[in-house]
Parts: sequence; structure tokens; C-alpha cells
Amino acid sequence: MLAYALQRIALALLICVVAITALISIIHAIPGDPVTIMLGPRATPEMREAKYREMGMDQPVPVQILRFLGKAVIGDLGKDMWSKRPVTVVVAETLPFTLALIAAGLGWAVVLGIPLGCYSAVRRNSAIDKFTGVISVGTISIPSFVVAIYAMLIFAVKLKWFPAIGAGDRGDLADQLHHLVMPAFALGLGWVGYLARIVRASMLEIMGEHHVRTARAFGLRERSIIFRYALRIAILPTITLISLAFGTLLSSAVFTEYIFARPGIGKLVVDAVNFRNYPVVMGAVFITVALFSLGTMLADLLIAKLDPRVRSSL
Amino acid sequence: MSVQASSVVPPVAVAVGAESPSTLRNVWRRLLHERLGLLGLALVALLLFTGIFADWIAPFEPNRINVPDRMQSSSLTHFAGTDQMGRDIFSRIIKGSQIALIVGVSSIAIALVLGLALGMLAGYGPRWLDNCLLLLFDTIYSFPTVMLALTVITLLGVSLKTIMLVVVVSTTPVYARLVRTSTLSLKNSEFILAERSLGAGPVRVMLRHVLPNVVGPLLIIASMDIPSVITLEAGLSFLGLGVPPPAASWGRTLNEGYNLIRDAPWIVVAAGIPLILTTLGFTFLGECLRDMLDPKLRRII
Repeated sequence: MLAYALQRIALALLICVVAITALISIIHAIPGDPVTIMLGPRATPEMREAKYREMGMDQPVPVQILRFLGKAVIGDLGKDMWSKRPVTVVVAETLPFTLALIAAGLGWAVVLGIPLGCYSAVRRNSAIDKFTGVISVGTISIPSFVVAIYAMLIFAVKLKWFPAIGAGDRGDLADQLHHLVMPAFALGLGWVGYLARIVRASMLEIMGEHHVRTARAFGLRERSIIFRYALRIAILPTITLISLAFGTLLSSAVFTEYIFARPGIGKLVVDAVNFRNYPVVMGAVFITVALFSLGTMLADLLIAKLDPRVRSSL
Repeated sequence: MSVQASSVVPPVAVAVGAESPSTLRNVWRRLLHERLGLLGLALVALLLFTGIFADWIAPFEPNRINVPDRMQSSSLTHFAGTDQMGRDIFSRIIKGSQIALIVGVSSIAIALVLGLALGMLAGYGPRWLDNCLLLLFDTIYSFPTVMLALTVITLLGVSLKTIMLVVVVSTTPVYARLVRTSTLSLKNSEFILAERSLGAGPVRVMLRHVLPNVVGPLLIIASMDIPSVITLEAGLSFLGLGVPPPAASWGRTLNEGYNLIRDAPWIVVAAGIPLILTTLGFTFLGECLRDMLDPKLRRII
């Protein structure tokens, strides 16, 4: 188990290193350079030269990569091009908003989706099962930004139940939650159906396995079989899925934040792209990649801990 | 989803391309009996039709500015109303299906070919190459797609080519992993060992035996990815970072409608519908085909 954990941690670190190496190499491989894009066509060669030096791009590629990584270790990801504040600070200010949004969106999807999937599997072909089947395909199919816009149109513009933009007043928790409802709804809707489907499929498979049959033969109560013997294993694929969901949810959060004009890492990066604020884009993307590989790593370790079958195969 | 699927592709799967005519006809006949599959087929056919014949179907020139008719809601002349500049939304949406189709189909096709090549290389090639490629795939996979897209756009600027590049970079590893898994399990199967003992080189084995066996399930999975690519393009265009104006991408129309959401709500309503229908169509059709051709995949995806 320890060897596996170390191996998994090494892989996560390696991924971060390769990601940065790839990013910096691509910048050099592509025709045209970010400095020209950043400064515009009217920049003088001297201006470009100065910008190059400021960003450390006059150095050879391997030096740049090592320098970026070395600084990243001590938490220095460079400075915002325009405001000159450290990128780490800028990202740290916006990240909590995004994490809250993702947690809320995924949260309501888990709370609704898993029981729905479990129930559908146990009461197969019941009305609820059929309803869940249709609804899940439907909700998975609607892009989250379309859900967000439609929700805004219906609940904010027409019915005026929820505020359309912003994240609420600082310090006013009720107001912040009120602002969170619609973005979280839009973000999570597709996941309700998706989780329900995965849990249902996984439950159906587990319910047919030997240990469940044995439990039945021993005369255990159905309720205890479902919760203690079947769902416990059926939930495992969901853990992997949720850790992978972080990436997808972060992608959707970019749109949700833009639509509801919420502060967050997605809005930060979109604004940075529009203003050619290259260090912020690099830094923020690096942080999301690091978080994502951390998340998948934790999920893998958790699964190894929970599932005796995986543990023994290590 | 794709990661889940990668570990379970059956070693010898049914190859769609290699079906005999009778089986194809069989699939077709069964498809006609599946209501949802048929609906999916109809929706996909509709997208293809409007995409290919957009210039003939659209009642107005999509970029024609007609100020006197601006901001009209839905009517008999303008089915989906007009925008701030009096452009006909219905025509813009029809034209948008062309952009969606071009981006979706061509970038997935490129990713498919690359994924096949890299996947077979990883599965059949030496161990070190396999490990290097796997690390590369895992790294690309750790980028949230939209973040990857935003990074590439910052570096390359806004254009149709950039979007396609993003799609190719982010989907190739998915296909390559699938192909690698099936190649690995095929590699030691008896018919390939027999072929090799008769003196067949790696190129012949890969092209004649591995390829036909892995291409079938891959085609289905890839065709189910087309809507997510179309959604990505629409999303980036919505952020103003996709296809540059005045092209009538669905995402751009959605963005223009979003800015007018209080005064002209018909624009967002109309621009969202084709995106939903496209995704539904491909999902219904894809699931139906998958169930027919490969029941083993049913539980997984």
C-alpha cells in the first residue's frame, strides 16, 4: 500500500512537471510569439525585447522550465501583467468562489443522483426507473451553459426569484447562498442524471454477484443487503467519477461564472485571456492541473483503501 | 467516462466496417424499431441536411444587416426573430449548423486517425515508448478541457484552426488509450501469434489485423463525441473566444442573445435549441447503435 501510494504521488508530480514542460515548449514551437500578441502589432522591437527579459523568455527553454518549477515550489507563479500583484494571490482570492460553486453543484447532484440510481436499480422497470432513464439522458444532453442561460431567463429575468449576477455581499452568508442557487443548479443538473445512471448500472451488476446471493441465502434483510453489501461496492466507481468530475466541472464553471458574472477562477482566466494577461493564464491553469491531479490521486488512494479487491491486487 | 471505458473494451470487438451487408441491413431494420434510436437518427440527419444545404435553406443571408427590422420577435417572416442589427436569427442558426458540423466532424476525424496511430504504437511498440506515451496522455488528460482551450487561445489567438487544434489535442489521448488497451490484448491472441510466426512484420500485423479489430467500437465512441466537440466550440464562441465574428456560430448567437436577454429573450431560446437537439440526437443514435453492435459496452457507458 505504501509503495503504491508513493508511486501514485510520484506520478501526480511528474504530470505537473510534464504539463509545464509541454506548455513552455509549445510557446516556443508555435509560429508567432505571445509577446507580439500581448503587446499588439504596433509595439517597437525595444518594447518586445524588454517584455521578453521581464518574462524571462530570453533564456533557453530548459532554463525557463526549471526556473518556473523552482519558483512554483516556493509558491511563486510570477506577477500579474497589469496589476503587478503575485499570481498566487490573485488565484487564491478567486479559487474559494469556484470551489464553493463546484461543491454546491456536485453536492446536490450526489444527494439526488445516487439515491435515484440506487432506487432505480432495486426497483427495476418501475415508473421511477423509467422516468429516471429518460430524465438522465435529457439532462446529460443539455450543455451546462445553455442550462445556465435558460435558468437565468426563467428564474432571474422572468420570475425574478433569484438574482441574475454576482456572488452576493461579502460577509452576508444568506445573500451569498441566494446567489449560489442558480449557478449550482445549472452546474449540477447534468450530473444528477449521469450519477443516477452510473450508480444504477453498477448496482445492477453488484446485485447479481455471489456475495449478495450468499447474503440472501443467509437470510439477511433486503435493506441490509442493499446498503451494507451492494451499495458499498457500487459506490466505488462513483468516487473515481467524482474525482474526474472536478476537471469537467471546472470547465463548466468557466461558463457558469461568466454567465452569472461571479468571481472565480474561470472568470479570472477568461478575463486574463481577453487582456492577454499571460502569466495569470499560465499560473491559474497550472494550479488547476495540480489540483486535478491531486484529486485523482486521492481518489485512487481512497479506492485502494476501500476496496479489498483492489488492495490485494497491488 | 472515457477512462472508464478504456479498461473494458472487449479484446475482439465487432468491427463495423467489416460487417457483411446482411448484418448492416439487420442493424438498419432493428434501428427502425427503436423509437429513440430513430428519433436520434432523424435529428442527426436534420443536422447534416441543414449543415450541407445551409445556403439554400436559410430564408435570409445570415449576415445581412437590415436595421428597419431590428429586434423583432418571432413572426412568419422571421421565425426566430431578429437581433440588434436586424439579422434573421433563424438563418443564422441554420448557417451555424454548418460551422458546428465542420468543427465537429473534421476535428474528430483527425483525432481519430492520430489516436489510432499513437494507440497502436503504444500497444504494439517497445515498453519505454508505451510508458512515455501514457505519461503524455495522462498529462493532457489532467488539463480541464476548457482550461486547455483557454491556454492555447492565449498563445495562438482566436480562430477556427485554434479550436480544432484544441479538440484534436484533448481527444486524441482518449482514443489512443482505448486503442492501446485493445491492441495490448490483441497482441497475444492466437491469430496474431500465428501471423507473426508466418513472418508478418509489425506494420502488416497492425494494419491488417489490429486496425480492423479496434476501429469498430472506436467509431461509435468517436461519433458520440461529436456533440461534445460542437458544444465546446459553441461554448468558446459564447465566451467570444471561438470562431471570430461575423460568422454565425451557435455560441456567438447565444452570446449576442445573452447580452440582450432582457430585451430580446427569443434569441437565446432559439440559439440554445439546436445545441440541445444535436446532443440528444447523437446520444440517442449512439446508444442505440452501441446496444445493437456491442451489448457488452452497454453497462459501461
